[in-house]
Amino acid sequence: MQTTIDQYQAVIRAAAESKTPLRIRGGGTKDFYGNPAAEQNSTLLDMTGYNGIVDYEPTELVITARAGTRLADLEAELDRHGQMLAFEPPHFGAAATLGGCVAAGLSGPRRASAGSVRDFVLGVRLLDGKGEDLHFGGQVMKNVAGYDVSRLMAGSMGTLGVLLEVSLKVLPKPAIETTLCMAMDEAAAIEKMNQWAGKPLPISATCYTDGQLFVRLSGAEPAVRAAQVKLGGKTLADDKIFWRSVREHTHGFFQPDKPLWRLSIKSTTPPLSLTGKQLLEWNGGLRWLSTDGGEGAEAIRAAAKEAGGHATLFRHNKSGISVFHPLPSGMMKIHRALKEKFDPSGIFNPGRLYSEI
Amino acid sequence: MSAQELVNQLRSFLPPDAVLHETEDLKPYECDGLSAYRQLPMIVVLPQTEEQIVKVLQLCSATQTPVVARGAGTGLSGGALPHAQGVLLSLAKLKQIIAIDPLARTARVQPGVRNLAISEAAVPYGLYYAPDPSSQIACSIGGNVAENSGGVHCLKYGLTVHNILKLRVLTIDGECLEIGGDSLDSAGYDLLALMTGSEGMLGIVTEITVKLIPKPEKAQLVMAAFDDVQKAGSAVANVIGAGIIPAGMEMMDKITIHAVEEFLHAGYDLNAEAILLCESDGSTEEVADEIRRIHAIMQQSGATNISTSSNEAERLKFWAGRKAAFPAAGRVSPDYYCMDGTIPRKRLADVLRGIEELSQEYGLRCMNVFHAGDGNLHPLILYDANKPGELERTEEFGGKILEMCIHAGGTITGEHGVGMEKINQMCSQFGTGELAMFHAVKAAFDPAGLLNPGKAVPELHRCAEMGAMHVHRGEQKFAELPRF
Repeated sequence: MQTTIDQYQAVIRAAAESKTPLRIRGGGTKDFYGNPAAEQNSTLLDMTGYNGIVDYEPTELVITARAGTRLADLEAELDRHGQMLAFEPPHFGAAATLGGCVAAGLSGPRRASAGSVRDFVLGVRLLDGKGEDLHFGGQVMKNVAGYDVSRLMAGSMGTLGVLLEVSLKVLPKPAIETTLCMAMDEAAAIEKMNQWAGKPLPISATCYTDGQLFVRLSGAEPAVRAAQVKLGGKTLADDKIFWRSVREHTHGFFQPDKPLWRLSIKSTTPPLSLTGKQLLEWNGGLRWLSTDGGEGAEAIRAAAKEAGGHATLFRHNKSGISVFHPLPSGMMKIHRALKEKFDPSGIFNPGRLYSEI
Repeated sequence: MSAQELVNQLRSFLPPDAVLHETEDLKPYECDGLSAYRQLPMIVVLPQTEEQIVKVLQLCSATQTPVVARGAGTGLSGGALPHAQGVLLSLAKLKQIIAIDPLARTARVQPGVRNLAISEAAVPYGLYYAPDPSSQIACSIGGNVAENSGGVHCLKYGLTVHNILKLRVLTIDGECLEIGGDSLDSAGYDLLALMTGSEGMLGIVTEITVKLIPKPEKAQLVMAAFDDVQKAGSAVANVIGAGIIPAGMEMMDKITIHAVEEFLHAGYDLNAEAILLCESDGSTEEVADEIRRIHAIMQQSGATNISTSSNEAERLKFWAGRKAAFPAAGRVSPDYYCMDGTIPRKRLADVLRGIEELSQEYGLRCMNVFHAGDGNLHPLILYDANKPGELERTEEFGGKILEMCIHAGGTITGEHGVGMEKINQMCSQFGTGELAMFHAVKAAFDPAGLLNPGKAVPELHRCAEMGAMHVHRGEQKFAELPRF
């Protein structure tokens, strides 16, 4: 595997020398996400060859794997030991890799209760823009030596470094899971989800769509059964299929070719009156908006900002606008400075996150 | 600019009593919780508003004056040690809880608010702020952000970084940044993660939005005694292997058990080589189920004595001993030095054996308390500062413990920070490439290097002069501890 790293280093150094952009890519399942990569005059850096689990000891609750490892393989190995990636990352395709998962920084239905990708990142090994092989963080739960560069990688869209290896905290799978389903209007659902989140209940996911609130309970059997009695509602059959469809965007709400916005906002925000259909997750903190026409990007972004958050044009960007919410100038200054330090020649996925970096 | 000129300028926008420069006024600020390091600052300022802090920073930036931020001064790594030519910026007067939003489960607070005060204010809503460093009665939330503080419950509930949503941060130029949001994520790089644990080196935090979580219905504790440390370590692995994430999992070694039992009479088994405290919290049904399973696992793991708290008073009594470990060390020895390494849990027995050997080599006793769930070890080296050379020997002993943690695949600091104290060991944990990148990250925020200079990240020449051995990760991960 060192040979592979040597090759990556050679590619990076040559690209830095000639200022040729590199498109860092795992399984390509998230090619749709972010601003389009510059195809012309760029070199593809395929990470799938650098794969495999480096270290996994279930009782330490830590797994370390190479960036090109398929997410499906990683989760299957954890599953064999009754463990899981608690942030339930979306795969968006069988070829999804660990590196792409961390670089995209996306988390699934369990995020509001368990935490996000970055919450579970413990350490990374990466190549910087000079091809230097660097280690940050480690394989232990608590580590405050040096700045938290590992978590900085989550969601950086490959613009700061080439991830080689990632160590993640893992958690035991819950003994049982069951999903309750109840009919109510959106405002009531937002209120309920937030009230319940403030009570000691084993709620691991929520979703509101088409007038129905879905609440997943996870944990030890006595706890789940007791909560089921407290909350009421009908039990959803085949709930695993339902949550997978929400996580992987195969649910009927997610329509092909229609622009899809992702609004990450304060969870208690009342229903947003925006043209199009919405699906809510994370106790109301995440609102998917499927819309064609309507208010336009600026109004959608203004609504998200007003609600304490930001809006991403997640899929089907037909207008060519910036996919990610524009940053205030002070924040952009820091972003540019960090980019300059990690990738002085500006070769890693330039423009994928923001045109300035 | 001379100190007097700077004082005059500061007094142009700060009340006279918010600018200190007489030696006797500066004295209380000469050290933080790590009193072995002392330094008088040039000036102490105690602003009350963000606008005043902006002006302090603009003045310091214009005059190239170093700025060291300080919260409650309870830090254990010398992170708030003053700079002789610098301004010590105390945030102690910003202690307002601005708002609590019970439905959204958040609190907006100023940096000088005490950690415990947040949980106390959230009591009426059945909520609390989860990270609970043992100094929580005194330590400030701003300091918690600077150190990414943990506590005994962080395996289940996370560290500071997992429990904050948004920061207002002033750069050294006095520019205000909003980092994070009221949402669960924000656009762009995760600067919230970068700021947390940055030890006052990147910016000055003026407001924090923290997450509040529901107070569990019930908590119960199993106390198990073992005649062998290895068995206690295996018991921890067995609990986790059974799919249980305990709310707290603490271990004490024999010398600690004796020191605290003499002091507190918590009912600890004096024949034990190690005692485990394993707490379950949640709904009544959940706790009953988990406690039953934990009890069975302790039995199967060879515990010689198991007690389960039968009520809240008993639970607190069992905890009292663990919480009194530091004061107990202070009773059995004139001075003690608290270390803070983290190791993969499976290496615990090896590391404890190594510490025992070092203890004999240096002729200094060492108590060990351990956040066993997450591998965070706190050896307390007992010494007498009045005996010539003993502090130096203690520091050398401590440094070797930290290097042993690195060799075991761990880290030199789990929750106390690098500060001034562990700056040399940073040269062992990281190579020059990583250290250069840390300096670069700092420069992205603070190009002139005025915020808390000389802390947390060693200059590369310092490492070269020390001739420290770089530990190559991976190669030694599974090797037996090579040198100790």
